[in-house]
This record gives sequence, C-alpha cells and structure tokens, in this order.
Amino acid sequence: MNKPLPQDPMMLELIKMARRHQMTRRTALAGAGASALALALAACAPGGNNTKLTPAKDVSATDKSLVWHNWSLYMDEDDKGHYPTLERFTKESGIKVEYKIEIDDNDTYYGKVKDQLLQGKDIGADVACPTEWMAARWVNNGYVQKLDEANIPNKANLAPAYLGASFDPNRDYTMPYQGIIGGLTYNKKAYKEATGKDAPTSVADLWDPALKGRVGVLSEMRDTIGIILMSQGIDITDPNSLTSDAFMNAIDFFKGKVEDGQVARIKGNSYSEDLNNGDTIAAIAWSGDTVQLNLSAGEEKYGFVVPDSGSTISADLFLVPMGATHKANAEALINYYYDPKNAAELAAWVNYVTPVVGAKEEAMKIDPTLAENQLIFPSEEFMANTKSFRSLTGKEELSFSKAFQEILLGA
Amino acid sequence: MAFAAFSGGSEKSEYKVPRKNSTKVALALLLPGMIYLALFFITPLVSLVATSLEVPDASGEIGRYQYGFEIGNYWYVIQTYWPHIARSFVYALAATILSLLISYPLAYFIGVRARKWPLIQKLALALVIAPFFISFLLRTFAWKQLFSNESWIVTTLQSLHILAPDQYLVGTDFMVIFGLTYNFIPFMTLPLYTALERLDLRLLEAGSDLYATPAKVFRKVTLPITMPGIISGTLMTFIPIAGDYINASRDFLGSSGTQMIGNVVETNFLRINDYPSASALSVLLMAAILGLVVFYVRRSGTEDLL
Repeated sequence: MNKPLPQDPMMLELIKMARRHQMTRRTALAGAGASALALALAACAPGGNNTKLTPAKDVSATDKSLVWHNWSLYMDEDDKGHYPTLERFTKESGIKVEYKIEIDDNDTYYGKVKDQLLQGKDIGADVACPTEWMAARWVNNGYVQKLDEANIPNKANLAPAYLGASFDPNRDYTMPYQGIIGGLTYNKKAYKEATGKDAPTSVADLWDPALKGRVGVLSEMRDTIGIILMSQGIDITDPNSLTSDAFMNAIDFFKGKVEDGQVARIKGNSYSEDLNNGDTIAAIAWSGDTVQLNLSAGEEKYGFVVPDSGSTISADLFLVPMGATHKANAEALINYYYDPKNAAELAAWVNYVTPVVGAKEEAMKIDPTLAENQLIFPSEEFMANTKSFRSLTGKEELSFSKAFQEILLGA
Repeated sequence: MAFAAFSGGSEKSEYKVPRKNSTKVALALLLPGMIYLALFFITPLVSLVATSLEVPDASGEIGRYQYGFEIGNYWYVIQTYWPHIARSFVYALAATILSLLISYPLAYFIGVRARKWPLIQKLALALVIAPFFISFLLRTFAWKQLFSNESWIVTTLQSLHILAPDQYLVGTDFMVIFGLTYNFIPFMTLPLYTALERLDLRLLEAGSDLYATPAKVFRKVTLPITMPGIISGTLMTFIPIAGDYINASRDFLGSSGTQMIGNVVETNFLRINDYPSASALSVLLMAAILGLVVFYVRRSGTEDLL
C-alpha cells in the first residue's frame, strides 16, 4: 500500500482520484446498514406458521375450469399430441382442463410449491398427483382439502388394497391415480449369461458376485430400502417392526453394497437408460417402466419379478390443495377417472397399476393380452405380496432421508 | 473481471482525465447497473448468507427453518462434507492442469503456426467452439454412452487387462476428470489463443539470435508473454469446474464415490430440504474460490486482471 507514488503527472492525478473514491468509513457504514436491512427483510420471509389453514372459496359452479399438475408420460396421448380421455371429460362435463406436466420429482415439486402450501395459498393447481409419501406429508400438515364423497360416486370402484393408509385410512383427502410396484427388473439374456440362472427370485440374488458393478437401485428411499427391509424380515407397514434401528440397520447393509461396488447405479427415473445400454443387468425398479422398456425394445427383453420377501407398492395420489378454487371440478375429474372404462383406457397407455376395480374387464374388450398383464392388472395373489412403506413422522423422515442421501453422496 | 480476464492482457490507451462536473452524469449512467447489481447480486447474496445461519423451527418438519444466528452450520458442513470439498478442488486442479496441457499446443498451433493459412486458422477456431452448438448435457451424456460397461472401449481395455473384468469406467474418478476436462477445454483454449495470436515472432527470432535453444526461448520468451492468457484460462476453467455438478452427478459420469460440492448442495437443497447446510456450503465454496483466486493472481503477479 505504501509504494511511492509514480512521478508521471497523469498517473499521479489518476491515483489521487481513485483514492478519493475509495471506501470511507461513512460508505462502509452505509453498506453495513443496507446489508443489515436486507438481512432483516430476508428474516421476514415466511417462516413457521402454525395456524390452521382453511379451504379457498370454491368457484366451480361459475367457472368450469381446472388446472392439473401431473408427471410426464402419465396420460394417454394420441399421435397428434391430444389426450383422448381428458378431451372426452371436457366434452362430457363442460369443464376445461389445463393439464400441466409440472411434477418431475416429488422433492423438487415440493420445493417449488411449499411456501404457498404453508400459507394455504394457490399453488397454481386445483388438483395434483404427488406420490403417496409426499401426499402424506401434505395431508399431515393440513395442506389438503377434504374431498366430498357425494361428488365421487365412483369411489366405490377403488380397490380395497388402497384403503387403510395411516395418514388417510378412508381416502377422505386423497385418491390413488396410478399404483406403482417396486420390484426386481432384469435383462433376461444378460442375467442368464452372468449368473446361469433364468431369473432372480429374491433380493439376495442381486448380491451375487457375478453381478458386481452391474446392479442398479432406485434413488427413491422407500422403494430401495423398503425392499431391503422386507428381505431382512421387517414388516414395513408396522411401526413396531420398522423402527429407527431396523431402518439404520438396513441402511448400513445397503451402504456396504454400495461401497464394495456391488451396486453401481442409484438413480431416479433415468435408470432405464442404464438398462438400455446394458450397464445394469438387474435392478430394483418400477413395474410400469418394465412394460414400457419392453415396448420400446420391441421384445420381451426385460423381466420383472416380485422378490419372495415382497415388493413395495405405492401410488401417485389425486389431491386438492388448500388454496385450490375448483374443488368440485376436481372431484368431477376424479370421479371420471374412477369409471372403469376410462381407467382401462388410461392404463392401456400409461402401463401402471390401475387402482380401479372393473378396469380389467373393460381392458379385456380393448386388448385381451393387455388385460392379462400382471403388472397393469395384478391378480390378488400378486398384490398380496406387496406392501406400502409406513408413513413417517417429520423427524423420522428427516433422519431417514439424511442417512439415505449420505450413502448416495458417498464420503 | 471475467471480461478483462478474457481479453488476455492489458492494453495501454490514451486516457483523458474527466472533467469534474461530469460526475453526476456518470452516476446517472451507472445507476441501472447498480440497481441490477443490487437486485440480482447483493440481494441473493444477503439472502444466501441469512439462510446459511437459519435453525430448524419448532415443528421439526422436514424443510422448515427460521432465522437464527447459527454459525455452527458452517462447522457442521465442514465436518460432514470435507471429503467432498477436498475432492472438488482436487478434481478442479487435475482437470485444469490437463486442459492447460492439451490447450496450449492447440492454441499455439491455431494462433502461431496457422498464421500462414488464415482459412485453416479460422476453421480450427470454429472447431474449438463447435461443441458449444450442442447442449453440454447431451455431450456429457454421449461420453457416458461411449464409455458404458458394454462399450467396445471398456471391453477392449478389459481384454488387454488394463481393467479387471469387474472394473468399469463410468463412475470412477478418471471418468469425472475426463468429462470435466473435455467440457472446459474451450474456456482454456480461447484465452490462450488470444494471447498467442498477438505473440510477436520477432521476439522469438531475437531469442535464437542470442543462442537460446528453442526450449529456452519458449521458457524465457513465449511463456512469460502469454502468462496473462494462461492465468485467465486457468481461472476460467478452475472456477466453474470447482462448482460443477453435472459431470460428477450419478446421472452422468459419476457415482456415489465421486460426488462434488455441487452435488452435495443439490442434495441438501432439493432432497433433504436442508437449506441452511446448502447455503453454508455455497458461501464456503464462494469464499474458498475467491481466496484461492486472489492468492493465485497475487503470486503470479498479474494483479491488473482483478
């Protein structure tokens, strides 16, 4: 700082000018003041708010419209990009539906809408379809409006397996849109070459040394750890069996499999790429994707099995957020998709498990081979071995997901 | 700074001392820029720092935090994630050095050797920039496919016993550094090119007239003259690489053993909604990079870049 000033008069003048503009104590204080103000403003951002939320006023009677947030590839679509079942709904009911593919991931979707949810404001959707565990968080926090059964007479068609969830036992707040079964997907040919066996039957088959580095699992905690927990004899529906200790025990086991390189890929929706290019031979994966993978392969290249210790089942649920202003319209929509005929048409396209009783018979009329597909219209024996992960308290959810994400991040 | 750095060196220009009464005009002209900075830089920065000091609220629900002056968040993230922080800087250093080693000869060819053939020079320059016409994600993904477990590259390496039969490339440190180097090479080549393009060949001639070997001419003349280009090139690769989270992501070239600080921020922010930890990590990353850059630029004696 104390170098002698240069002799050149122009340089000298420039340096003097620069010095005059250097930070004085006053400007420093002003800067600090401004930062403090900004900090104070930031601190005013919505924080904890424990008042009970009330539903927004329903304007369905006068405004025949509705906004629906859903996942991609989750609606029957024709070659021109139209949604036939949805357009028929508009024609029949006069309710215009703005269908938005807004959910790509439960966590990121929640991150996007959580501030509005917390204050009971409109999240931009009258009906949305997050996955069960996320929906449970919304219901438990009181972010969701109660559905009016009188407006959904087709609720009678709900498959009984979907009743009894701890956060919403009678489905008063949520209704399943599509069911998702987590199990083992494998590349038939590659699996046979690597292990000499036709198909995996248990979770232990994934830990075969011949498959080292070629096993994938889902980055969805409830499916991956749920299936591992079941293979360890834990009942994932029961809080007395699925304790924090049992969970952490399974986490440690899983961590060992990741660290010794047995499990190479831990992914969300994009795991299908690894099956496609052959990186993954066997994986913990979702049933609906297996159907679509086979369709795009043009042959029965991949198999899907429920491991002998059992599979996880979950669903994406229709729900109406507190700030939604078209609840009756949303109920009409839910009722529409609980009509077996519409449900069958939808299931034929999206290939997930339909929660609607009677859809199978309807599907028989469209495409008998489709109706035989256990992964879309599972039989009762098939369903008997699937369980859903019990709902977690806020604290459990935080510590469980932290432990799971820590493995994904490695050390 | 970035633009000054990109130009690769300081040019002397005629400078007129402005008259005093133009200060108001100058301030008025600065105003839009200042407002922009305040809105899109200062405010997010303050908000980031404020978030990094938050504490969980009474509800104990996931993702619910309130303002508190919790400096301990910084200790927590350093203790928990120091391997990821260290890994980020090691990867960034390795990839920066590799891209310098690849880019320098390339830039030398384009900027010096190809001067005789302007068409080739332009074409080579276009080829350096050409990958930018395709999305960064897509290119990274293409590498993942090329190096996939069943690819001929991997099977060849396995049959040559360079890789063990149950060893693969995707998900290894090598693969991530490879991806980082590949993706950031243009950011190194271009500043080097601008520095080398202006290299006065008569200086090299003078060097050999004084009986210096070509290696010595390079060390004593070419390298010092192009130093500003090297500095700006390394800064423009090192800084973004240290914060990159695509290459190391499990969806691209990485695995759970290669996660960098950017991936940790993503996980904390989006997966476990631990906003204070994510913010504290971001602040730390910024501070660490700023500190390193200041140190580096001071050491290499090119303060005029800052």
